[in-house]
Amino acid sequence: MLSKRIIPCLDVRNRKVTKGVRFQNNIELGDPVEMAVAYSDGGCDELVFYDITASAERRPIDIEMVAEVARVIHIPFAVGGGIETLDDMHRVLLAGAEKVSVNSLAVTNPELIAEGARAFGSQCIVLGMDPVRTADPLFPSGYEITIRGFRERTGIDALEWALRAEDLGVGEIVVNSVDADGTRDGFEINLTSMISGSVGIPVVASGGAGTPQHLIDVFTRGQADAAIIASMIHTGEYTIRQIKDELAAAGVAIRRKW
Amino acid sequence: MIAIIDYDAGNLTSVRLALEYIGAPCEITRVAAKIDAADRVIFPGVGAAEAAMANINAFGLLEPIRRIVASGRPFLGICLGSQIILDHSEEGDVDCIGLVPGTVKRFAPSDRMCKIPQMGWNTVEIKRPHPLFDGIEDSSEFYFVHSFYCAPSSEAHIAGETEYAGVRFASAVGRGNLFAVQFHPERSGRIGLRMLENFSRWDGRC
Repeated sequence: MLSKRIIPCLDVRNRKVTKGVRFQNNIELGDPVEMAVAYSDGGCDELVFYDITASAERRPIDIEMVAEVARVIHIPFAVGGGIETLDDMHRVLLAGAEKVSVNSLAVTNPELIAEGARAFGSQCIVLGMDPVRTADPLFPSGYEITIRGFRERTGIDALEWALRAEDLGVGEIVVNSVDADGTRDGFEINLTSMISGSVGIPVVASGGAGTPQHLIDVFTRGQADAAIIASMIHTGEYTIRQIKDELAAAGVAIRRKW
Repeated sequence: MIAIIDYDAGNLTSVRLALEYIGAPCEITRVAAKIDAADRVIFPGVGAAEAAMANINAFGLLEPIRRIVASGRPFLGICLGSQIILDHSEEGDVDCIGLVPGTVKRFAPSDRMCKIPQMGWNTVEIKRPHPLFDGIEDSSEFYFVHSFYCAPSSEAHIAGETEYAGVRFASAVGRGNLFAVQFHPERSGRIGLRMLENFSRWDGRC
């Protein structure tokens, strides 16, 4: 049976992994390459790196870091941040990343993901989306897409965007709840299950992971195919093995030998 | 030297990096003379079968591929490279290389929650011992990304099986000096690296 994937997220700023709540109060956690090796050896199923300042500083992603990671780990990893052109995607993939993740830029330039999927294959184009809860009836799903680190609202309905992205050819969607991000209070289950139940491609839940039970919930009720975790392992509170043992005990299909 | 055949079907960096990591000399190439001179060949690839076959023909790679397989030297197909060694693919309804009898079929899940592509780690049940499975436990998990799967005509060519979308498909295919896997050993952690090490030492016999 296909296992659910656990994906540690490494937010990178100036070659250091950082973690903040809602993009604020970032603290430094360590070296991205060393952390990638530790998590890969520790049993994660995939990794994702976001160069969180590349986009704001209007500079290309740290390709040297991507190449270094690719030399030392041999599981899939995705890279996002500062991807503006097909050329940017190509460089990241050539450096050895399995997937490239596009977020704000896909909203302002949807053709970018369509072109990326045609040029490199759907399987390596990931759409990241940051939906925020809203009561505004303009948004039938109850969620509006935000961009630029939650700072700007777009007027686009989250579900509508997910379906459009699937049509444009993305291979996977990361649904990062703005409301749950960094809270460690659990994933936004309804949002995840609504999107995962509506598209035919894999959906990765993101934002809110704090305990193994949160992961059990998002893989069962939330219908997620994969989930992103950060603080709960960055702080050392849990190991990936502990989390996977609990998931297995709850009957969730998970990879337990690596 | 391991030749990694480059026919513009996806990114070959991770295959090269995995081989470098295990200390196996390799070169990414589409030059027939280099493929002819290689001790063994990896035939990788992602993307669509139709475009891949068009490239193989355009780059004149069909004969070098046939020659290396006929010569008895070890040959490893990965992902799309494991599919287009069969006779025919449903993807684009295209005739393929025909090194192993069979066809490539599309997953057609009845359950909408069964996502296509299959993306992630799944178990490989070993159907028969093979030098490439040395040191690898039965039902180990490997990393998959694919929407189509191999259906060899002969049971004898199925080396490993995996279940997804309601079908048990051949995730590892073996025929003499040819071995082919639907999953990505180069992205399957320590167990995948072990398979690549096995390949780098394999004499092509089984």
